[in-house]
Amino acid sequence: MLERIRVRLRHLSGTDIALWLISVVLVVLIVVGSYRSLTSGRYTVRQWLDFVIFGLAQGGVYALIALGYTMVYGVLQMINFAHSEVFMSGPFTAYFVANALDKAGYFDSHPIISLGIVFIVAMTVSMVVAVVLEMLAYRPLRGSPRLVPLITAIGASFFLQYTFRGLYGSGVKAYPDIAMLHGTWHIAGLNIQKTLVVVFIAAIFLLVALYTFVQKTKVGMGIRSVAEDQQAAALMGVDVDRMISMTFAVGGAGAGAAGVLYALIFKQVHFFMGFVPGIKAFTAAVLGGIGNIPGAMLGGLFLGVFESLGPSLFLEGLGVPASYQLKDAIAFTMLVLVLIFRPTGILGERIAKRA
Amino acid sequence: MAFFEIENLHVYYGFIHALKGISLTVEEGEIVTLIGANGAGKTTTLRTISGLLRPQEGDVRFNGESLLRYRPHEIVKMGIIHVPEGRRVFARMTVQENLEMGAYVREDKDGIAQDLKRVFKLFPRLEERRSQLAGTLSGGEQQMLAIGRALMSRPRVLLMDEPSMGLAPVLVEEIFDTIKELNETQNLTILLVEQNAHMALQIAHRGYVLETGTITIQGSAQELAQNPEVQKAYLGM
Repeated sequence: MLERIRVRLRHLSGTDIALWLISVVLVVLIVVGSYRSLTSGRYTVRQWLDFVIFGLAQGGVYALIALGYTMVYGVLQMINFAHSEVFMSGPFTAYFVANALDKAGYFDSHPIISLGIVFIVAMTVSMVVAVVLEMLAYRPLRGSPRLVPLITAIGASFFLQYTFRGLYGSGVKAYPDIAMLHGTWHIAGLNIQKTLVVVFIAAIFLLVALYTFVQKTKVGMGIRSVAEDQQAAALMGVDVDRMISMTFAVGGAGAGAAGVLYALIFKQVHFFMGFVPGIKAFTAAVLGGIGNIPGAMLGGLFLGVFESLGPSLFLEGLGVPASYQLKDAIAFTMLVLVLIFRPTGILGERIAKRA
Repeated sequence: MAFFEIENLHVYYGFIHALKGISLTVEEGEIVTLIGANGAGKTTTLRTISGLLRPQEGDVRFNGESLLRYRPHEIVKMGIIHVPEGRRVFARMTVQENLEMGAYVREDKDGIAQDLKRVFKLFPRLEERRSQLAGTLSGGEQQMLAIGRALMSRPRVLLMDEPSMGLAPVLVEEIFDTIKELNETQNLTILLVEQNAHMALQIAHRGYVLETGTITIQGSAQELAQNPEVQKAYLGM
């Protein structure tokens, strides 16, 4: 036993040791920071729970976006970096519908129907943008080296951003305030903002619906077969191109719905709104194991809670000033750490086996 | 007009001239085998038939109609099913889902359910493992699954690529018995590509020998089995 440890130690490289030290330091910092925050009594239990609830709502949004990243990766082994603009395009377009409904007073008289219309518009627009994007920008590059569609995706992302900016201006547009979602609900001894409850439930509902679609329907089975083995799928009579379009459609619909939920939390849209949640959802997809659908969902929820709790929990305990502004830094640090220490993600083992 | 025929087929892989004008025919209800060494172009032939590769020249015809303008999934719909080399079952799907994938082009639910029963009758071991992930099956079971999956589409022509590859001799025999049985009981037309010429010639009616992209010898299975060149090169005599 001792001999084996000695042998392993001898084979450690400088990088291994540095990485190991980094992980130890990080764990110590998190534990110490959390301990000090928790014992300082700055936040009550209720406030901690508020952080968790906000994190879950936002995490649900990330999970919905992450679904698109992970499914596209599954069928094409490519990261669709323009997915954040697919996310933006739906709610941005739906804003005009929402605004019109609001001006007509329809939002106050029939809030649920109006919200439904906004959802349908946003999901449809995002779906169409995603499908057209694949047909025009990615399909002609099928079979070229993997770096090529990746660069194209970044180009497409800018193209979409600045198209929306050109059409609708660079200003922030306020989403209509929905009276029905004002205030709080009293659930299990907690006062929870209605918006967060609605966002979380809607996100979970959509995730379950999309997952069921992929698992149970014939189209879903076609998508899964293409993700596993494109040629074998074609030999079973699956129209591979159509399944790739369907994948983009499902991912786009998820992103469009996520965009409306995001707009419900933050009450605004603008042409650049996709960037940060897009990269965070990508982080969530990597965290869960890219290509793995349940992984992306769990990754999204986990990331949402982690970045919502993180600043107050361990950064503040370490005496970091203005810790809440470092929220994004936490998420991206996590992306780097996952890529270094566990590139296959939490549920990613099955993919590693596949390779 | 032959039931199924290939005429003067030329296929390139980049600069490599993989098939140099091969022609062959398969009549309805026949087992025809294509034997040859590694790299002779056997798999290329099957991949061209099923639409995965495009030929530079020549034609593939089924019932007189050229297949070249169809995409792979459309060729499957016409009843030409390719059981690829190395099984290629969907490892992350269950056995039953794999079989359902085989029936992907069909809409008749009752017929599919019947065929599922038939496949389970043919391969009882698949029924025992119907809810297991296909990736956890043994090589022989995966080959059974690959054949069962192909049968689920109610094929008119079955293209089989190296069904014996990587299997123990007992299993090879079992698989070949099944192939023969399918041909005899269901009058299924089969184009069988094999390195194991010994087994292939035992069940086939006719055969072709492929050498670096050209057909060098052809004839009935008996003729081939007695041909001294075939005996020397492929039967190890």
